[in-house]
Amino acid sequence: MDNLLSIVTFLPALAAVILLVFLRGDDEAANRNAKWLALIATSATFLISLFILFQFDPQNTRFQMVEQGEWLLGLQYKMGVDGISVLFVMLTTFMMPLVIAASWDVNTRVKEYMIAFLLLETLMLGVFMALDLVLFYLFFEAGLIPMFLIIGIWGGKNRIYASFKFFLYTFLGSVLMLVAMVAMFSDAGTTDIEQLLVHQFGSESFSLLGIQIVGGMQTLLFLAFFASFAVKMPMWPVHTWLPDAHVQAPTAGSVVLAAILLKMGGYGFLRFSLPMFPVGSDVLAPLVLWMSAIAIVYTSLVALVQEDMKKLIAYSSVAHMGYVTMGIFAANQQGIDGAIFQMISHGFISGALFLCVGVIYDRMHTREIDAYGGLVNRMPAYALIFMLFTMANVGLPGTSGFVGEFLTLMGIFQVNTWIAAVATSGVILSAAYALWLYRRVVMGDLIKESLKTITDMSRRERAIFAPLVVATILFGVYPAPILDTIGPSVEALVSNYQVAVAEADLATQVAHSE
Amino acid sequence: MLSADLGIILPEIVLAVYAMLALLGAVYTVKDGAASLLVWVTSGLFLALAVWIGLNGAGTNIAFNGMFVDDGFARFAKVVILVSAAAVLLMSEAYMTRRGLLRFEYPLLIALAVVGMMMMVSAGDLMALYMGLELQSLALYVVASLRRDSLKSTEAGLKYFVLGALSSGLLLYGASLVYGYSGTTLFSGIIQTAVHGDLSLGLLFGLVFLISGLAFKVSAVPFHMWTPDVYEGSPTPVTAFFATAPKVAAMALFARVMHDAFGAAVSDWSQVIALLSVLSMFLGAIAAIGQTDIKRLMAFSSIAHMGYALMGLAAGTAFGVQAMLIYMAIYVTMNVGTFAFILSMHRDGQPVSNIGSLNMYSKREPGKALAMLVLLFSLAGVPPLVGFFGKLYVLRAAYEAGLAWLAIAGVIASVIGAFYYLRIVFYMYFGEERDDALDSSRSPILWGMLMASAVIMVVGVVNLFGIEGAAAAAAATLVN
Repeated sequence: MDNLLSIVTFLPALAAVILLVFLRGDDEAANRNAKWLALIATSATFLISLFILFQFDPQNTRFQMVEQGEWLLGLQYKMGVDGISVLFVMLTTFMMPLVIAASWDVNTRVKEYMIAFLLLETLMLGVFMALDLVLFYLFFEAGLIPMFLIIGIWGGKNRIYASFKFFLYTFLGSVLMLVAMVAMFSDAGTTDIEQLLVHQFGSESFSLLGIQIVGGMQTLLFLAFFASFAVKMPMWPVHTWLPDAHVQAPTAGSVVLAAILLKMGGYGFLRFSLPMFPVGSDVLAPLVLWMSAIAIVYTSLVALVQEDMKKLIAYSSVAHMGYVTMGIFAANQQGIDGAIFQMISHGFISGALFLCVGVIYDRMHTREIDAYGGLVNRMPAYALIFMLFTMANVGLPGTSGFVGEFLTLMGIFQVNTWIAAVATSGVILSAAYALWLYRRVVMGDLIKESLKTITDMSRRERAIFAPLVVATILFGVYPAPILDTIGPSVEALVSNYQVAVAEADLATQVAHSE
Repeated sequence: MLSADLGIILPEIVLAVYAMLALLGAVYTVKDGAASLLVWVTSGLFLALAVWIGLNGAGTNIAFNGMFVDDGFARFAKVVILVSAAAVLLMSEAYMTRRGLLRFEYPLLIALAVVGMMMMVSAGDLMALYMGLELQSLALYVVASLRRDSLKSTEAGLKYFVLGALSSGLLLYGASLVYGYSGTTLFSGIIQTAVHGDLSLGLLFGLVFLISGLAFKVSAVPFHMWTPDVYEGSPTPVTAFFATAPKVAAMALFARVMHDAFGAAVSDWSQVIALLSVLSMFLGAIAAIGQTDIKRLMAFSSIAHMGYALMGLAAGTAFGVQAMLIYMAIYVTMNVGTFAFILSMHRDGQPVSNIGSLNMYSKREPGKALAMLVLLFSLAGVPPLVGFFGKLYVLRAAYEAGLAWLAIAGVIASVIGAFYYLRIVFYMYFGEERDDALDSSRSPILWGMLMASAVIMVVGVVNLFGIEGAAAAAAATLVN
């Protein structure tokens, strides 16, 4: 199959179009059809995407399964995967059937709901596969539309505010990236990511409006991309849209947001910022590292005092993303390996945690922590699963959460011990908020009247959690499949980065000595 | 010689003769009886002329000693003008008949305005420019006050007339200065005076006054004051017309004057236009936030869009002109769809333009709401919709011309602007059910225009229907 990647990308969109055009009415049967079609389409996408994984050769650090076609304005339709992106593609196709299955109880505007999620899947997959700058931007930005609607239409009480904040915040971040892309297009004469990766952008310092810009054009481009990815990530202090969006979004929306959409920022750093602007990255890395360290400690402390379960998990996501940015900008093999691993594992864990909240929210229609307590008495299976993912969130050895955190901390320790020390304290704080949440919701006696009739998880819910449990434990005890896949590509990335930084340093020294 | 000249302006002659003959004939019919028929015939003629001009024209032809230029640039603009005018005219028919507004003069005035526009984009001389501009404007002043018994409509017409006269005065004053300091009214002559070095001070003054007059026609800030009132007061089909064809014509004329007459002094006018552009983008984005009337909102939206189109012009390059042409073509397509939607908003037979009345529109009319959603995101410039590509072209043109600050300002304004488009989406999709819902409209033409426009916004991502190449060829004939 020559255009495997396009098939995987556009299959969900095709299903969405079929739903849009052919499905009529909003009675019981139509709703059921919409759900089944969405589930079948996402599952089929996952199965087909397995072929990508089988065909993928980890030892080859170049882009594989490349498809190329002419587009307008000298742009290209170019898709491909390498060791960095292939696992994000798999994560997306893996999570989407679970997300659809988790929204089985939705009963308002089911058709539109499924269309929005199917389109969102296409756009997310496109982000990870696009090998053209503008094509990437297209997918990256277009994802805002379905997510805006998902939060705005099916969200909670304060959904309007959250959806507008989500849209405008991320839109503002990315338009600066658009200008930077236009600048790169002018500078390199191409938008082909493969060629841009070998193109050297200017790194001579110059002064702009009286400010000396170290690293020159690369620093400016880095900042423009940073504006976009930092918001998407989200990094402290531009993370404030995330708790609002998470709390107001429907469960499935939260899962997609946490498991996949947040990864786009990290992927962007690895695809663009680090390899294309090595000098700019080098100049600004200390800033990013300290921002990450602050994010880890600060948002963990904020998570500690939350009364809303979703908000707590949202803040914990910000903290975990702090490890990711820290690992990326440590710019060594362990750091970046750890960052990618952390992103994948956070996809499973945070997705599962939001699903856990969804399970009890569907029953009690509240996310207040105080409204619960003693659930273990009536929901033993739920208690067990929630326990597993709480522990994984804390980073307990044996779960996948541990591997990512440990690798990133190891990576940063070689670069800056102080930041490593600050970040490690986040591990303790995460144990504090996660375990405390677990104790308040699940442990103790069941004394609240409203909870007396709560039922344990249904078979459907257990089936949704099963793959996530397997993945979390499997990659916790045996992380090799992931690390082997990303290893060679990361190695190439790191060595290119170090060569570029060393060359730039040499050039500066020569310039000084003259 | 004369026959060759007449051959070149044959499309304009056909349209003008048609308008006058039809005027003559319609006077003898029963009160407005032929109006509906005239609308259809006029639109048909527009489309036929568009096909004729689009397929037939080749090379650059100059008529009347340079007064009239028929080149690729003019043809591109004319096709866009004719097609959009035909689309708007077709949309107005049902709306105006139902409200007893349809008079036989309406399609004919539009036809005369279109003749004026075609003259404008082909003008090769300051006199020809002014003639085209006035023919267009006079016809538009009348259609703005088409509803004689409505206070708002007559106010709109009068306001448009008084301010339009003022701007014509500015333009004429500029033209006389340019003539005085260059000794000719021909663009090809004016450009000679600036070939060696800078413009003389007198020419520079003339240039600034010319720009002011033209900026009024494209409603660029700070010459935009008339736009919201005229848009709000005019009958909606007329507003739809104002927002489309005349904007293209004025923008094309702008490019024509700048490049043909002052192409040797790009740096002199580029900074002025960059300033107009940045002011328009920000004022359009910010002032629209507080609007509750969708027609007024679209007025500010068009001001902002003109800002983006001017960004392409400010670049002063062939690519900039190409970007501007593509932007205008996309803008017109979006606006036709949006106004088809606005025209279908009514309750108890009365047109409604309050945004709040769209509450939960998606529940009752999912198809139309979805099409409008697509158009709104396209207007906001969110990919993958075609509106984004318009922005991409002008941003690239501005950046490559060394106007990076303008590009950054533009994208920031687009974020502010996104807010008010989202607000309409919010009413249509997130609002709460209310009793005073809009009646459903059963006009197949409006429905068709809306859907066609929305589909173009989505499908156009594939190759923009090839207008990229056409616009590039058109721009190459203007700037060389």
